[in-house]
Amino acid sequence: MGPQHPSTHGVFRMIVTLDGERIVKLKPVFGYLHRNHEKIAESTSYLASMPYTDRLDYLCSMTNNWAYALAVEKLGGLTVPDRAQYLRVIMAELTRLVNHSCLVGFLFNDLGTSFTPLLYAFREREKILDLFEALSGSRMMCNYQRFGGCRVDPSPEWLAAAKALVDNFPRFLDEYETMLTGNEIMLARTQGVGRLSAADAINAGITGPILRASGVDYDLRKVDGTGFYPRFDFRVPLGAHGDTYDRYMMRILEMRESVKILQQAFRDLPAGPIMDPKAKLRGFRPKAGEAYGRLEGPKGELGFYLVSDGSPNPYRYRVRPPSLINLTLLEDMCLGHTIADSVVILGSIDIVLGEVDR
Amino acid sequence: MSDAEREDLRRHGILLTSLEELYNWGRSNSIWPLQFGLACCAIEMIAAATARFDIARFGAEIFRPSPRQADLMIVSGTVTKKMAPLVVRLWNQMPEPKYCIAMGACAISGGPFKQGYNVLKGIDRFIPVDIYIPGCPPRPEALLHGLTQLQEKIKAERLAGPDTARHLRPENPGEFPIPDYGAHDLQPPNNPALFSPPSLPRKP
Repeated sequence: MGPQHPSTHGVFRMIVTLDGERIVKLKPVFGYLHRNHEKIAESTSYLASMPYTDRLDYLCSMTNNWAYALAVEKLGGLTVPDRAQYLRVIMAELTRLVNHSCLVGFLFNDLGTSFTPLLYAFREREKILDLFEALSGSRMMCNYQRFGGCRVDPSPEWLAAAKALVDNFPRFLDEYETMLTGNEIMLARTQGVGRLSAADAINAGITGPILRASGVDYDLRKVDGTGFYPRFDFRVPLGAHGDTYDRYMMRILEMRESVKILQQAFRDLPAGPIMDPKAKLRGFRPKAGEAYGRLEGPKGELGFYLVSDGSPNPYRYRVRPPSLINLTLLEDMCLGHTIADSVVILGSIDIVLGEVDR
Repeated sequence: MSDAEREDLRRHGILLTSLEELYNWGRSNSIWPLQFGLACCAIEMIAAATARFDIARFGAEIFRPSPRQADLMIVSGTVTKKMAPLVVRLWNQMPEPKYCIAMGACAISGGPFKQGYNVLKGIDRFIPVDIYIPGCPPRPEALLHGLTQLQEKIKAERLAGPDTARHLRPENPGEFPIPDYGAHDLQPPNNPALFSPPSLPRKP
């Protein structure tokens, strides 16, 4: 299957061996979108690779920016002001809403609904992208985070609009769930399909909603305390079966938690500067050393590992992409299921090929 | 008959037209694009199909999963050297008349990833491109603008005479050579009928 297939979420290829319609072997083939991101970043300055991180996982550019900025901040010893920390949480959670709602839309596309859930998801996505565009100047490639803070301070109007959107979001989720969650075909096609045990998931290094769907309580927002997440009151939803249906429910529940975080963030947003005065964007030369910045992205642990030799370019630049690592157990999840199920299982893993191949 | 007279008749409900105009009108307003995304631009292509932008207004909403049913290829995203042969194969499988839109900086020239060893510096080295849409990624409105420009192009095509449309002239190929993986690069690295690298004059 693939690399040109409507359900492979981009240019992804699976070599599937079948017995009748049952999968007996599945070999994923990557590399159709290998764009040399890591090598390009090693030959450009720290600031210049910021736009490339947007194009890694092109549904969640804001969290990619943040994870990269975290790594550079560790390397350069920068501290981020409180207001910028809150703004980062706001952007990350809005991104999570975009990513998860799109994923659910795509998942239903893979299940065979022609278009409707995706239409609903993209309707909400457009509203959030309007906010991103007003702030960063771009819809998808939001180049907003900087080392030591954020690029611009949102206006009170922006904050009011964002707050109104977030307050309305649960209504969209209710509508979405009414349409999808109890759907008979959906239940028949996803419950018990693509089971992943907690032990397997931990052994393979799987993170994010897929790990939590298998019942493992591991969320970097709680474990690592990145940003100001410890200041927010939210729950980490957990699944019990580790099947496709649980992975779907994880996304819906996480969106509801994101709304809670956002509401708290808008309530508590402090005044103050948004950039560390020590931060220097142009001619930034950190001391020799290494740093690993990681973050609970919408897809799982997104990490950037940087080695500096004191020059304006990173000596070594490496991304830990959640999509690729979550994809490693695709064969185990698909074995014994039909080829139509493999499409749904792949959809529930939530891959973005820009991040898989880099 | 002058255009003014024809317009006058049209206002009275009498439509005078040529076969060519009718044919082009029908085709330009029912373009079937190939459901085929490569990277970031593909998300904006999907966004163009959804409610806010609604590509259906231009009669081009039927994204076909099979190239054999499509007449427009939107090359949306970065074409790598691993993917390029497959893009050309898909293009060859599309029936004539067919059109190609290069959407975004990567499809046009390699874009921000141009310096990468694995990124094709423009899909127009292997297949003929009708419309180029700049941007990284272009907004859905830009894609719609590109689509309307393509419609204008189709409407201006001639069915006969010296400036006959490309697909009606037998000497023009509909199929293009599929590049193969060579030792260092694709073989051939470009289609000489479509693109040849500029010669670099060297000082003696």
